[in-house]
Amino acid sequence: MTATHAPADTLSVLDRPNSYIGKSVPRPNLDRLLQGRGQYVSDLELPRMAHVVFLRSPYAHAKIVAIDAAAARRMSGVISIVTGRELEDVITPWVGVLSHLKGLKSAPQHAIAVDRVCWQGEAVAAVVATSRAAAEDAMEHITVDYEELEAVTDMRAALDPATPVIHAALGDNLAFERTINAGDVDLALSESEVVEADFVFGRHTGVTLEPRAVVADWNAAEARLTIYQGTQAPHMVQNIAALHLGLREAQVRVVCKDVGGSFGIKVHIYADEMATYALSKLLRRPVKFVADRVESFNTDIHARDHRCRGRIGVLKDGTITAFEIDDLTGIGPYSMYPRTSAIEANQVVNLVGGPYVTPNYRARARVVFQNKNVMCQYRAVGHPIACSVTEGLVDLAAAKIGMDPVEIRRRNLIADDAYPCASPSGMKFEQLSHHASLTKLLQMMDYDALRAEQAALRTRNVHRGIGIASFIEVTNPSAAFYGVGGARISSQDGVAVRLDAQGSVICQTSITEQGQGSESLTAQIVGSVLGVSMERVRVILGDTDNTPYGGGTWASRGAGIGGEAALQAAKALRKNILDVAAAILQSTPTGLDIVNNSIVNADDGAPRIELNELARIVYFRPDTLPPGIQPELMATRHFVPRQYPFAFTNGVQASWLEVDTETGFVTLLKHWVVEDCGTIINPQLVDEQIRGGVVQGLGAALFEKCIYDERGQLTNANMADYLVPMSGEMPDIEIGHVVSPTLESELGAKGAGEAGTAGAAAAVANAVNDALRQFGAIITEIPLTPQVILTALGRI
Amino acid sequence: MSVPVSISLLVNGEPIDAFVLPRLNLADFLRENLKLTGTHVGCEHGVCGACTVRVDGEIVRSCLMLAVQAQGASVETIEGLSDSGEVADLQAAFRERNALQCGYCTPGMLITAQDLLKQVSMPDRQAIREHLSGNYCRCTGYQAILDAVEATAKTRAERRA
Repeated sequence: MTATHAPADTLSVLDRPNSYIGKSVPRPNLDRLLQGRGQYVSDLELPRMAHVVFLRSPYAHAKIVAIDAAAARRMSGVISIVTGRELEDVITPWVGVLSHLKGLKSAPQHAIAVDRVCWQGEAVAAVVATSRAAAEDAMEHITVDYEELEAVTDMRAALDPATPVIHAALGDNLAFERTINAGDVDLALSESEVVEADFVFGRHTGVTLEPRAVVADWNAAEARLTIYQGTQAPHMVQNIAALHLGLREAQVRVVCKDVGGSFGIKVHIYADEMATYALSKLLRRPVKFVADRVESFNTDIHARDHRCRGRIGVLKDGTITAFEIDDLTGIGPYSMYPRTSAIEANQVVNLVGGPYVTPNYRARARVVFQNKNVMCQYRAVGHPIACSVTEGLVDLAAAKIGMDPVEIRRRNLIADDAYPCASPSGMKFEQLSHHASLTKLLQMMDYDALRAEQAALRTRNVHRGIGIASFIEVTNPSAAFYGVGGARISSQDGVAVRLDAQGSVICQTSITEQGQGSESLTAQIVGSVLGVSMERVRVILGDTDNTPYGGGTWASRGAGIGGEAALQAAKALRKNILDVAAAILQSTPTGLDIVNNSIVNADDGAPRIELNELARIVYFRPDTLPPGIQPELMATRHFVPRQYPFAFTNGVQASWLEVDTETGFVTLLKHWVVEDCGTIINPQLVDEQIRGGVVQGLGAALFEKCIYDERGQLTNANMADYLVPMSGEMPDIEIGHVVSPTLESELGAKGAGEAGTAGAAAAVANAVNDALRQFGAIITEIPLTPQVILTALGRI
Repeated sequence: MSVPVSISLLVNGEPIDAFVLPRLNLADFLRENLKLTGTHVGCEHGVCGACTVRVDGEIVRSCLMLAVQAQGASVETIEGLSDSGEVADLQAAFRERNALQCGYCTPGMLITAQDLLKQVSMPDRQAIREHLSGNYCRCTGYQAILDAVEATAKTRAERRA
């Protein structure tokens, strides 16, 4: 209560007295997680709940000749064994295409395979039993007669006419192709120095610490299905489950409490989850499915898996004249439903060259089917590929003309006063801050001192490198992402706010929480706008019966879209509260404000009536209010950005690392990020989103890869063999900010969730190449394993 | 193999008698038999550390230990350590520093961090990194966790001084 009391309407909601916006307040409700008293789906038990395990194909491609489950059916605890053919009667198959991705094709996919399996790990039967152990015991007694078919694994070979076509009806293995041709690339390249390279990106996966988990509960008496699922998009799950089970949306409720990690893995709907919904309906009882770790590796979506040929044209003065890419990506046997597996390649061609002023851009992306697990959207969809190719080429161009990597960026990054503008691929930029970000980064890392240190150490045979990566990031997606292609994935979010009878606030939002801090940012915004302390704001989310309809939390949309909806709903409620306060106090709404849980005079801040007293009058003694006053202490607002299809953010990262040229090991020493995500609601949460994202990007850069053999067998499907970053290898990560709020919303927030992952691998790869430049080694492949590095050095 | 075995043990100080199958691991026993959901299962082969509990004072991976092996032992889970207040300052530091996001690794992290702080009163950052290097966190990037453990060590040292 130390703030000045300017009339409420002249203050932006962002700088109201006692605003929580911009403050690092701890997240409410953390205690349940800290005490191990969270409510993850894997913890859930319901009366009469059965457990399902899936018998999965050991072959990447095979015909199912016969399934003999007779012995298994007789085993103790077994409730039912269901094949794909039997489940077809309960749930319809689906095809993962979107109409705006022209030409995208896929084949009908079943909840459980019918006749043929297309990747190692595809379910061929479901065993439902009274316990998971009983189900696993029974599973071992099912015999399946397979006829192995040739597996298509190499994505380059997939397009060869001599390679078998995975889905004969589709004609070939090309799922999608898109080209862009802007400016005159041939002319530009003919007048420039040209550098080209093949970039190879390993397949990796999310490895959420809590595996995918679902409990489906069909209530035959109510004819309603309740789905408890760790998902990022409850309303999407509701829609899809209803559609394929032949139900109305009103017959499906999706509940999502705590989620043990998501990162895009849990924004999709998987065949085994669809099967679980269907099994509950078929068996008329709750059925629980929790993937075990091997299943997670074999069936959680994989990501990336690109080979991208890139070219850049550069003049001697450092001017970049053109980018050209030819990207090939393998998506497994089906385009994932309902978001499709073409979005990532589409993003790659949208984003390459994005930070730079280069009118000449040519791109081709081809998406091919393979007999491997499905590949689809994962954190920072397409961004790490686009950033690695772009920034790898920029560094190669700099090396070619003997220019410092920072200087070439300074000369080519879009000027901070050039906005609004558009990229050659047609992306609209509202306001980015590449130069301010780069300047800040160089200060934070003390670039010149690091270069001096690097040179000094080199004389002692210590090889350190500095890598810089500028990037742009797609956030706050509008309907242009999915809705325009016919998917019923909402691009808007809604928030309902109400004042309860004790003057506290209950807030229902359609965004979800997987640890990013959605509850916190919602409570911070609502508390700030309403003048209510955060402890008095309770946030309800993750329940389609009890929240407004909306998209959920993915593609960095929670703060920018859900946050703005919260702000607008709170403003509407604030107006309603002040209207009734004015009536009670015989004042005017503009003469009053709400501060610290009380109605106060707007001019001098003098307390007039506490909110709990106002609520008491409204709820219990409305008879004392003047005639004609019917207070509405509840308000709902929805928000979707309209002017720009996406709120682009930007940033820059730097990596400082050491390469051991004897062993090929890379030691990360320090990492810096400057990010511009617009208005920052909670600096600590934003920084931790970025740090977590960076570490996922570092994992991709150095460790993570799903390794398949030529028969489509995933050979490292466990946490011991699939390496992820652990605390011992990770550096400290310093974060800085430049703030350019989006004018599309009053809040001005853009997203921050992808930024870290978008640029980390590019920064590391550039740093490794910087360290190895004197050896003439250039590596354009991740993960940068010791084997890759030693091979490049010619040591093995 | 399929005949249940009788076991008696202490779990969070409470005497427990149960019949369990010999193949039942301790993590599943705690979760399924005792409904103590704080012990999380992440990898089921001893790599991720989410299932870390304390058995007779030592931290163990409860997914790698059989319930029958806990016969006569004292098992402490995150629920017990929370209720006793033993890790209250560590939990507060995690809360303050946002050293958790999804929270799934957190019980294991807290128990492992407490184990370190019992052995070494003022570990440096590298020692913290190494002690926690068997506990997987996919959300935070580890730095916040390190900060929280370091801060707790400092506060405890000040309290002792």
